[in-house]
Amino acid sequence: MGFMVLAATLNVSAAESGLRLEPAPARRLDVESLQRGARNFVNYCLNCHSAHYMRYNRLTDFAISEQEIRDNLMFATDKFGSTMTVAMPKADAAAWFGTAPPDLSVEARIRGKDWLYSYLLGFYWDEKTVTGWNNLVFNNVSMPHVLWKLSGVQRLIETEYEDEGKAEAAVIAAKGLALAERINDHKYVVKTLTQEASGTMRPVDYQAFVADLVNYLDYIAEPVRNERIYIGIGVLIYLGILLGFAYALKRAYWKDIH
Amino acid sequence: MQKILNWIDDRFPLTALWKSQVAEYYAPKNFNFWYFFGSLALVVLVMQILTGIFLTMSYKPDAARAFESVEYIMRDVAGGWFIRYAHSTGATAFFIVVYLHMFRALLYGSYRRPRELLWIVGCFIYLALMAEAFFGYLLPWGQMSYWGAQVIVNLFSAVPIIGDDLGTWIRGDYTISDVTLNRFFAFHVIAVPLVLLILVAVHLMALHEVGSNNPDGVEIKDTVDPVTGYPVDGIPFHPYYTVKDLVGVVVFLIFFSIVLFFWPAGGGYFIEADNFIPANPLQTPEHIAPVWYFTPYYAMLRAVPSFLNSQFWGVLVLGAAVVILFFLPWLDRGKVKSIRYRGSLYKGWLAAFVISFLILGYLGVVPVTVWGQFGEKIPVLGTADKATVVVRVLTVIYFLFFILMPWYTARDKTKAVPARVTG
Repeated sequence: MGFMVLAATLNVSAAESGLRLEPAPARRLDVESLQRGARNFVNYCLNCHSAHYMRYNRLTDFAISEQEIRDNLMFATDKFGSTMTVAMPKADAAAWFGTAPPDLSVEARIRGKDWLYSYLLGFYWDEKTVTGWNNLVFNNVSMPHVLWKLSGVQRLIETEYEDEGKAEAAVIAAKGLALAERINDHKYVVKTLTQEASGTMRPVDYQAFVADLVNYLDYIAEPVRNERIYIGIGVLIYLGILLGFAYALKRAYWKDIH
Repeated sequence: MQKILNWIDDRFPLTALWKSQVAEYYAPKNFNFWYFFGSLALVVLVMQILTGIFLTMSYKPDAARAFESVEYIMRDVAGGWFIRYAHSTGATAFFIVVYLHMFRALLYGSYRRPRELLWIVGCFIYLALMAEAFFGYLLPWGQMSYWGAQVIVNLFSAVPIIGDDLGTWIRGDYTISDVTLNRFFAFHVIAVPLVLLILVAVHLMALHEVGSNNPDGVEIKDTVDPVTGYPVDGIPFHPYYTVKDLVGVVVFLIFFSIVLFFWPAGGGYFIEADNFIPANPLQTPEHIAPVWYFTPYYAMLRAVPSFLNSQFWGVLVLGAAVVILFFLPWLDRGKVKSIRYRGSLYKGWLAAFVISFLILGYLGVVPVTVWGQFGEKIPVLGTADKATVVVRVLTVIYFLFFILMPWYTARDKTKAVPARVTG
């Protein structure tokens, strides 16, 4: 139970063998998506998860004004420069959930966007857990499915195969998340999810909601990324021109050396 | 201007130094691609020191604050992200440049007489560089920083008899802790950089004493112009190599900038993903691996089995793999210096060495189970990991490159070396 074994490997996009992750839609430059993502994060996540390296005043990067941020996104504090902390004490959180909800400031750099996207789409109803929820991407996670009203309830479907090849083919053929597990040499189980009860959002809208949220998490992990790429293009153009001049200078000096 | 220069020259050999080290230091005219990496190493050293100074202005070497201070640098310090990425990319660049710089010596026999001491000083620089990188990697205080340091210091604890005390002495504590972080900070910021700077100065002085080698392995000082006294195949370092090295620096900066601005984490190889998790002494990561430039030696370390209840043999092999480099000038009994005139024995062994080193590097990064096992049906090898067996074979090849060198370099069928340099 809880966080005792961190299933993080060097390659963060596949935490277990046989788990095919859903690719998160890349929306680095979509400012409106980031605004929605900030709204989603503040309204649904910030109660338990802090993001204590992200300042509220940095949200102006999303083309929203200070007043709009104060009115719509700041519930926990009055100071515009403060960071996104939560009031829940870590010790209490660990007692209630089994482990303290981790700070999400750099989670996207640890897990990767695709993992986070798949994780938020991967919750299913499971009577055997304490919270009643389990997750296909993170087995026996302590986190309940906070967004269940929006997404509705999913159920796990387990299909058995005797052949590893057939199991892998089933994973590829499945639409959405799929996980193949090896029980022994002759038994493979493919786990997929099916929608049992619908929520307030259609599945495609819920996926867009999650995409925006993950886009926001990806942004706060490295807020300077858009700027760094933009500067990089300028630097490379400059260096390219400099290379031309430097090489011409070299040739001029060296023309008499043989 | 001339009067100021005269005033200085009466009190400090400025013009004399400029002439002897740069403007009238004659280097062979046939330097090729492999000769850029010395000047690039110097550029990277200066860059690491400059970015390091600015990082030290904001970094907090305290276990409770280190991780946070790095994120502070990335987000709140003006230009902090650039300095941080320059420093992390610079560390990787330093090793790429240094490995290629050392490889040049293997290609052209730059460690041969009279440059043995130059090579040895260079090997000490390599050791100091590895120490510097190791101490520096603890500083962000992430999971990989902490556990990587734990593993490496435990190597010292594997030394018989004195091991435990040695480990405690290095750490300053019974486990990696805030005390360790503080002292590694001191080592990384001043102790090892001072050693590096002194060694680099000695390295350059040793080089200038004997003169540079060149791709043909021909000593240009052997053929001197009777009028000027300078080697006929030599050209003054300034302006010829200053202007050529400038091109080299710009090309290097292009590659460097591509990584810094577009790919600073290097897919998890330059800044490891686990290092964004703050260090947790109670939670071991599933895979602990050092940064890529240590991985060939790490692969060797992992593959050596325990004998007589001790892991020390792996440490010995790792140490030997680095120390054997020092002996290269005396292991090479070839009649010629440069690979251009060597026979196929040397070329074959060098190729085997390079391929082994690269594959060892790869296998040091991935978990030992990456290729699975042979299967229970195969005797002896059955339960062993395939990767471990391959690493053992490659380690033997690595060492044989050196150990057999006196034999195969002496027997090699070499070509005639010209008296003057070719292109």
